[in-house]
Amino acid sequence: MEVTKIDNVTRVYNIGKVETKALRGVTLSIENGEFTALVGPSGSGKTTLLQLIGCLDQPSSGHVYINGKDVSSLNRNQRADMRRGTIGFIFQFFALIPTLSAYENVEMPLLLNGYTAKERHDRIMELLKAVGLADRANNRPDQLSGGEQQRVAVARALAPKPALILADEPTANLDTTNGAQVMEIMTRLNQETGVTFVFATHDPRVINYARRVVTLRDGLIIENNGAGKKD
Amino acid sequence: MIQLFKMAFRDLGRNRRRSFFSALAVGMGLALLLLVAAFIQGEFSSTIDSTIRLQSGHLQVRAKSYDESKTSLKWEDLIENPDQVAAQVASLAPVKVSTPRLYASGFVSTVDESSGVRIFGIDPQSAANDPYRDGMVSGSFLTADDREGLLIGQTLADKLGLKIGDQISLSVNTSNGDVDEQPFTIRGIYSTQIGGFDGITVFLPLAKAQTITQTENHASTIFVLLKDNAQTDAVVVALQSPDYQVLSWQKMNEIILQTETMANSYISLMYLIVLAITASVIINTLIMSVYERTREIGILSAIGMKGSRILGLFLAESSLLAVGGVILGLILGGLAIAYFTKYGFSIANMGVTGILIGNTIYTQLTMKDTVTLTIMTFVVTLLAGLYPAVMASRMEPVEALRAEK
Repeated sequence: MEVTKIDNVTRVYNIGKVETKALRGVTLSIENGEFTALVGPSGSGKTTLLQLIGCLDQPSSGHVYINGKDVSSLNRNQRADMRRGTIGFIFQFFALIPTLSAYENVEMPLLLNGYTAKERHDRIMELLKAVGLADRANNRPDQLSGGEQQRVAVARALAPKPALILADEPTANLDTTNGAQVMEIMTRLNQETGVTFVFATHDPRVINYARRVVTLRDGLIIENNGAGKKD
Repeated sequence: MIQLFKMAFRDLGRNRRRSFFSALAVGMGLALLLLVAAFIQGEFSSTIDSTIRLQSGHLQVRAKSYDESKTSLKWEDLIENPDQVAAQVASLAPVKVSTPRLYASGFVSTVDESSGVRIFGIDPQSAANDPYRDGMVSGSFLTADDREGLLIGQTLADKLGLKIGDQISLSVNTSNGDVDEQPFTIRGIYSTQIGGFDGITVFLPLAKAQTITQTENHASTIFVLLKDNAQTDAVVVALQSPDYQVLSWQKMNEIILQTETMANSYISLMYLIVLAITASVIINTLIMSVYERTREIGILSAIGMKGSRILGLFLAESSLLAVGGVILGLILGGLAIAYFTKYGFSIANMGVTGILIGNTIYTQLTMKDTVTLTIMTFVVTLLAGLYPAVMASRMEPVEALRAEK
């Protein structure tokens, strides 16, 4: 079953009087459980595509479907609702809330999704264990290394059991070892839990982890290898 | 909800100094409001209290045609057999004390100086005159049969360089329109702590005042103090008579009450200004905070936090600042007011005839002022947080995530 479908989507930005076409008509379908890389040079439209799939932004034309539901014309609150339980995000910068501990950062989406205290605790500890940070639960982001912060972000993205996790250049700010560690954790969680991962990158080492590679250039998909491949 | 406040509390803790000074701004605003309110309250209640005690009483009974502004001494404008009338008034249960007084105008002269005065002819034995008796600075109080002595206020004594035992010459208007001049000896110097009163008022025994003004067995007024201020209106009604006018302290002191109303409206304007300044500090702090945390707002939004929750988060911050500020304000304001309630605030001799403003104002904070001003400050601080909070809640996640921090 497809978790998301992009149907002839364009995204045009108007910056001053200049019109920039970030996406020029992209059609793409991603199946449940995929581990897919969006690749392409800077400005090719990877991030824009992730934002559209992630209901952070709306297409200028065309349709975006999540679990079969058209999300292209949802209002701000409806998009927030859609993101909350269905989509997890991992950003290039280590996007943790600095005033909250690792534990509390992972807890945030669970709170927003109405989990009980017991459910939250079990889920958080399970995830922190999965990313190897159970003993750092009470540390705040500034007491964690970049790699550790990104692993907390992975745990947070997974917390509410979303259908889809979107990662925008997840290893770009990490050294090779930490980058590999984060990618291995993501791969393992994909295999163990079956959650779909879509990540944007231009790092060849990261691309190697992907089972499907979608290449963008100038707002168009120019190559699409391994569609539907899960293992 | 608790989580929201926990986050808000930690967010304020990120920049402790800034949060502290913002709360302090709220606190100083509130402290200032409380101090001004207590000052005004203290001033007016003591003015009214002194005026009643020293000048107007709770009520006065006068002849129908008596005009206070003219200090008339014509027999038809005065009360005949004042002791008898005073005794009748005193027989009413709510009346504490009732005593005849004769008012006249004149001037005191020494060898080289003179000063205009009003003369109070009083019954030295009456308890109504205790405030003057208690305020004796030197010498002794009058006796009923003293024919050559008078009391003068400290302010006047200082002005004319007089002391106990000095001779002065007192010129007084009389009932037939002449001026009579007689020598007097200063028996005592009193002080009511109100320069405007002490500088112009001299006391004579009633009998002597009647003699010199040629108003035998007459008085200008029956001065009445009640056991309870609240019974004034009832007693005024009970004393109604075709021969007399009965004036309540409110009627006699209309100007003070009007001044109070006017002062209160000016003060409200000042409250608004202080609160507006406080609000702008809070708005500024929170807007800075919103800008610094733009990317975090984007993250919260990305993980599904709705605009209303983000709004709630920032409102929680402003309400915590408001709580902190109000606590600081109550402490600072309370300390300042406690000091001025005990030691007073000296405004020296600012008394105007007719309005008895004490030389020292003691602040007086009422529960009503405290509650009203505290709530006002709290609400204004919350409202000030609204704009930055709305700003944060309306951010587009895509744009927020693109921010530098």
